[in-house]
Amino acid sequence: MAKRDPIYGIMAEFDSAQALLEAARKTHQAGYKKLDAYSPFPIEGLAEEIGFHHDAVPLVVLIGGLIGGGTGYLMQYWMAAVDYPLNIGGKPPHSWPAFIVITFEMTILFAGISAFLGMLALNGLPMPYHPVFNVPRFAFASKDRFFLIVFSSDKQYNAVETRRFLEGLEPRTVSEVPS
Amino acid sequence: MPEQYKSSTEIQPTPVIAPGHTFGTVTEKISAIVLTRPATNGWFIGFGIAFMATMMMLYAIGYLFLKGTGIWGVTIPVGWGFAIVNFVWWIGIGHAGTLISAILLLLRQSWRNSINRFAEAMTLFAVAAAGIFPAIHVGRPWLAYWLFPYPNTMRVWPQFRSPLMWDVFAVSTYATISALFWFGGLIPDFATLRDRTEKRWIKVIYGMLSFGWRGSARHWHRYETMYLLLAGLATPLVLSVHTVVSFDFAIGIVPGWHTTIFPPYFVAGAIYSGFAMVLMLAIPIRKIYGLEDFITLRHLQNSAKVMLATGLIVAYGYGIEAFMGWYSGDRYDAFTLWNRLHGPYAFWYHSLLACNIFIPQVLWIRKLRSSPLALFLISGVILIGMWLERFIIVVVSLHRDFLTSSWGMYYATRWDYMTYFGTIGMFLMLMFLFLRLLPAISIFEMRTLLPEAEVKE
Repeated sequence: MAKRDPIYGIMAEFDSAQALLEAARKTHQAGYKKLDAYSPFPIEGLAEEIGFHHDAVPLVVLIGGLIGGGTGYLMQYWMAAVDYPLNIGGKPPHSWPAFIVITFEMTILFAGISAFLGMLALNGLPMPYHPVFNVPRFAFASKDRFFLIVFSSDKQYNAVETRRFLEGLEPRTVSEVPS
Repeated sequence: MPEQYKSSTEIQPTPVIAPGHTFGTVTEKISAIVLTRPATNGWFIGFGIAFMATMMMLYAIGYLFLKGTGIWGVTIPVGWGFAIVNFVWWIGIGHAGTLISAILLLLRQSWRNSINRFAEAMTLFAVAAAGIFPAIHVGRPWLAYWLFPYPNTMRVWPQFRSPLMWDVFAVSTYATISALFWFGGLIPDFATLRDRTEKRWIKVIYGMLSFGWRGSARHWHRYETMYLLLAGLATPLVLSVHTVVSFDFAIGIVPGWHTTIFPPYFVAGAIYSGFAMVLMLAIPIRKIYGLEDFITLRHLQNSAKVMLATGLIVAYGYGIEAFMGWYSGDRYDAFTLWNRLHGPYAFWYHSLLACNIFIPQVLWIRKLRSSPLALFLISGVILIGMWLERFIIVVVSLHRDFLTSSWGMYYATRWDYMTYFGTIGMFLMLMFLFLRLLPAISIFEMRTLLPEAEVKE
């Protein structure tokens, strides 16, 4: 593993969602690829500006739902028609219309749990500690401030140049994030 | 202001968030309720009463476990008494929370953002209250886990052709998805509370609950996808839950139960009673916690309109039930109708019609829709009416079915009442705790309602 940079990245603080969006676009256009943006609420189009295009959550949910539905139906089929066939009101052991409700509920259950756990897993959460929390002003990222960070692992990163670039975006403050 | 513009500004709808708020003030105002506002005497008194009612419920349930369901009023022919009435009533109340959080999200009704959090909490607590009843009604509650298909030494499996089994899956799925939706919505707000508090141990607790949320754009993107998908999943789910509950009745052959109108009419009734409960909670909460800026008259008016619409669907359901009683030519169905109107429970059927159909029609009057006090009272009437509806369906249908020799009456005992009022106490106790410990209004969704949140590409 490469020697760890004592600086995790350089962070700029902005006043508005619009300013952050524009700064993120300019930084990405300037060739920085490893960057992230933080905001107190979801901003439409911001993820795309920092080069995030592939959201895998829907796929996870689809797979979860299919597994849930399949499990639900096969479970009922196996239990009611194979392992423990029981004559209920003269209905056939494999009385599929009666199995639809539980199949549906299991689909929703598994898809919903997949959505929640999938979102957490893909986001790398839970992660109680993260270097960005070392910046005292970052506490405002959950209130009314907007932050942009260029990670020191970026190829184009240079402690002086990157800082100067970010300062050119007219942020409120610029600070180094210790790792 | 020039004269010709005046009237046009006056008819502007009430805003969903009062003007003058910023990201900062929204955050401070909502998080202060949890973090800095001291618990008042009023809170302790309210919580204390609710807590004592909860203890009463536990006492009644404890005695039930000791003696068995014989202490209740249930007997033959009315084998489903208060327990099922209350179960259906509570589950129905829960439905408004999911409707507000999921269906209105998909319909882009952004006014929901200020009431969805506590409506979801209401859903969870109502489902918790509802879940108690079938579990203690099974006769041997310590074996209630037999409802789930688990491998066992008896080599038997549940009977999946029964609507009661469908109910187990529907309600447990509903509880799980509602909890995920609610907790998922809380994650960014936990992060806000973590960053706002000064005390270390509070910071640690909220930090853990927030999973270390830091508001990264990538995270928000996946988060919004999850939120939307959960809403899309919860929408058919919520419609299915009360449909399945209605199957508990409609699949049976008892006159008064065996009808195809039940699923849509149950779902409409559920939303009807749920919105009534939302208003009964929202009106005091906005007053006591000074949240009139966020839960504005617009929310109350919109909820009133939803109640009016769903109330009319319910009225249509009653109408069709009565019509089918006559039109089917089935003497038992016809008798059920006659028995409701003139039998021993006629007073309650007429009260039901008054509470659910006639009195709520005053909501057509705009002035009453804008009066919190009037809405509070009408909501109370609707909640009583919806409880009576379930009582009529369960008890009045069962007490006189096919054979006159097996007719009987149902008399609830004190244990029935203690359990019922006890669950109301438990529901309120959980609401009291929720208000103090978690942000009652979704902070991050409120921020998105502010004009500053809009960005241009």
